[in-house]
Amino acid sequence: MLNSTLKQLSALLAQKKLSSVELTQSYLDRVARLNPGLNAFVTVDADRSLAQARAADAQIAAGKAQALTGIPVAHKDIFCAKGWRTTCGSKMLANFVSPYDAHVVERLNAAGAVILGKTNMDEFAMGSSSETCFWGPVKNPWDRTRVPGGSSGGSAAAVAARMAPVAIGTDTGGSIRQPAALSGICGLKPTYGVVSRYGMIAFASSLDQGGPLAKSAADLALMLNVMAGFDARDSTSLERPAEDYARALEAPPTGDRAKPLAGLRIGVPKEYFGEGLGSDVGAAVEAALAQFEKLGAQRVAISLPNSGLSVPAYYVIAPAEASSNLSRFDGVRYGYRAAEYSDLADMYRKSRAQGFGAEVKRRILIGTYVLSHGYYDAYYLKAQKIRRLIARDFVEAYQQCDLIMGPTSPNVAFALGAKASDPVQMYLNDIYTVAANLAGLPAMSIPCGFGEGNMPVGLHLTGNYFAEAKMLHAAHQYQLATDWHLRQPAGTE
Amino acid sequence: MDWETVIGIETHAQLSTASKIFSGAATQFGAAPNVQACAVDIALPGVLPVLNRAAVEKAVRLGLAVGAQINRRSVFARKNYFYPDLPKGYQISQYELPVVQGGSLPVMIKDVAKIVKLTRAHLEEDAGKSLHEDFHGLSGIDLNRAGTPLLEIVTEPDMRSAEEAVAYAKALHALVRWIGICDGNMQEGSFRCDANVSVRPKGAQVLGTRCEIKNLNSFRFLEEAINYEVRRQIELLEDGGSVVQETRLYDPERKQTRSMRSKEDAHDYRYFPDPDLLPLVISAETIEQIRSELPELPQAKRERYMRDYQLSPYDAGVLTSSREVADFYENLIQALGGGYKLASSWIAGELFGALKRAGLEICQSPISSGQLAGLLQRIQNNAINGKQAKEVFDAMWNGEGDAEAIILARGLTQISDARELEQIIDGVLAANLKSVEEYRAGKEKAFNALVGQAMKATKGNGNPAQINGILKKKLEG
Repeated sequence: MLNSTLKQLSALLAQKKLSSVELTQSYLDRVARLNPGLNAFVTVDADRSLAQARAADAQIAAGKAQALTGIPVAHKDIFCAKGWRTTCGSKMLANFVSPYDAHVVERLNAAGAVILGKTNMDEFAMGSSSETCFWGPVKNPWDRTRVPGGSSGGSAAAVAARMAPVAIGTDTGGSIRQPAALSGICGLKPTYGVVSRYGMIAFASSLDQGGPLAKSAADLALMLNVMAGFDARDSTSLERPAEDYARALEAPPTGDRAKPLAGLRIGVPKEYFGEGLGSDVGAAVEAALAQFEKLGAQRVAISLPNSGLSVPAYYVIAPAEASSNLSRFDGVRYGYRAAEYSDLADMYRKSRAQGFGAEVKRRILIGTYVLSHGYYDAYYLKAQKIRRLIARDFVEAYQQCDLIMGPTSPNVAFALGAKASDPVQMYLNDIYTVAANLAGLPAMSIPCGFGEGNMPVGLHLTGNYFAEAKMLHAAHQYQLATDWHLRQPAGTE
Repeated sequence: MDWETVIGIETHAQLSTASKIFSGAATQFGAAPNVQACAVDIALPGVLPVLNRAAVEKAVRLGLAVGAQINRRSVFARKNYFYPDLPKGYQISQYELPVVQGGSLPVMIKDVAKIVKLTRAHLEEDAGKSLHEDFHGLSGIDLNRAGTPLLEIVTEPDMRSAEEAVAYAKALHALVRWIGICDGNMQEGSFRCDANVSVRPKGAQVLGTRCEIKNLNSFRFLEEAINYEVRRQIELLEDGGSVVQETRLYDPERKQTRSMRSKEDAHDYRYFPDPDLLPLVISAETIEQIRSELPELPQAKRERYMRDYQLSPYDAGVLTSSREVADFYENLIQALGGGYKLASSWIAGELFGALKRAGLEICQSPISSGQLAGLLQRIQNNAINGKQAKEVFDAMWNGEGDAEAIILARGLTQISDARELEQIIDGVLAANLKSVEEYRAGKEKAFNALVGQAMKATKGNGNPAQINGILKKKLEG
């Protein structure tokens, strides 16, 4: 059961070989057993989960089951879910119980999925290691002395350790893809606007996008089917016809059955294979590219000349937006308020000083600085110009190729604490992932081998706007031919 | 030294939409605290703003009414600062690219027309209210007003006196109500002005240092505050001091302005485009649609009344002081089939007098335009005289029915029969020989006395013009 696909689980539920209550309970049991060592979940509420599971069983019994009915899903603690404590990994919201559901949560609930619990994350999604959490760091299931990546590290670790069949996360600069890579699972960030941001606690509004984490591309497709969709409450949500991403996987190969990806042009940017890339990661990615060629794809050398500017531009734009987005956490209406203060200014100062962790404060300071009078043009405006250049690089690249591939992260998972005191080293983890957010493009990571310390390596795929189906199809075909995605960390049986 | 005053006005007009500018909560005034504040208004984690197109439509109406440029693409920005009644920690406003740019408003100062140029008008959300009373050392926060749509209308520094500033504010106030974008209720804060005031030596080109007086919510306060501030600045300068750029508040009880915060304390608002909202794009079709729905504007109406109805500039101004008054007038003259001046003088005279005494607006008038037309028709037909007409008006005001019914019930028919009047006048002349002699000796006043006696003899129902004529004939004949 642990390595079953969603489709298989769904079939078991439909055939009444398994009830959602049994399935949910078995995962709750695994969480109880494994979570103390991994710290992937911050909130588990068995009563609520089982109530949803019972409702799902009733739906199945009534013959009204959909693809995700009865499936337990781990939710990153950034999604507001009615009645659930929703903390965003912060002391600021340690006692915040959401009175409403995020759009994504609404859709999953309506589809009959079960909220299995809320997963740990870097505070306000600011981090690449899931170490900045107020609830303590998440451990990598492959090696508990290492980080699982971040910020959706709890969701990634939960799926990797088979504490949940699937999970949802958010990705602002790589926060789904990088932990998926470092934890040996799959993660997808859709085109900006495909998944509503309503109810997803904002980090950087122009970059944030929700998406699924799962064991396989096929599972991602089923999740995306439910998560994607227009929402009038998010002005950046895109109104477009619904797409069946799962059906796209099964698209019959034209011609040679051994070469299902014939005609697919894979762009390989030279900038992604230069200095800074670990040789173990490079080798695994090269092998994956060779596998894609074996499946009929054609490799095209491309260039993304401005990719070196993506991290600096990202670390201006994201903190700028965050500095403003996090202003609502002021201790006035909800959330943490300092116990003692002398006046209004002192209440703000103490509540925010005590309620936010160091990384959040650092980014608020950076963001406040780059938006300040006299600095705005030099930093924020310039970063926006670079952002347009980066997007243009991709437009040009997609004239020569259909998908772009490379490493998700320069190295495999690093040791807990190794980069905690060096923010710039930490930020460089995002070097291959942030460009997709800056350009608003869909991107994903899938497991493609193992590197140093027998730690998983992720292959990064970037598609053109709305090319999720094409990306998922390629990844699925790769996974039909390989078994990296089926590997499970030792000690999680 | 002679000084020149320079004034620019920023007005916050609350747009009369049913719901807020970025949420679905109601905007009605006077609800219990915080019952009209939804998740978006209280800025729960994860909520997002969605623009209310009705607010945009109203902004465009104003832009078109003042002949401004409507920006086909404008941008919402965040103005960042902390205050307990500002739930998000930023206000969504328009900064670099406002929806309305330029334009002008014609203003009448006494009988002289002046054009006040506008800089811009932009959309923004209002903040909530901090309540400092009743909480014993604490502050209460009411977020009902948070997110209410505002249009901030900014002028060039075009005004040269408090009188001009008030005339502008009144003209703008009339216009926003005229085009139906704001209820103009100043007590409820629907229309409030900030005045930027500076003085400079007459003839100087460079502007003096200005002070901004915030939140003036009546025309009287606007006038008093500017006059005080001008005196204060001139005194400062004449004593060899200098004006410090700052924000000031007007204290209506002391009739003084006082410092609120200086330029040094000014916030750095860190404006940047709001990434939660796409740029506001308005199509040419939308603009033309809104243009086609605009009513005839006060200025155009005023000119038409003067040209087509031969009204004086003053009367035309009075009749176009609000859309309701103009509508009343137009309904009246339509029912009368003319009578432009008669209708004008009855509205400006009897009707306004009665409304003012009763503290009513014209839309609350107990006499409809149709009823008034019935009365004026009888004046035109010489069926009743002016004195009788006033009596009918009063009766009508008191709800005694239409003109015809009142005239019948009170027997108010005018005596216009020449033979009957001649008989009455013969009697009057015989009884007032002294006055007759005086008149013939050249005392004009004696004539009026005789007219009065004749009217009295008709119990007030005589036709005054006829009585005049008969008397004159008999006295001179």
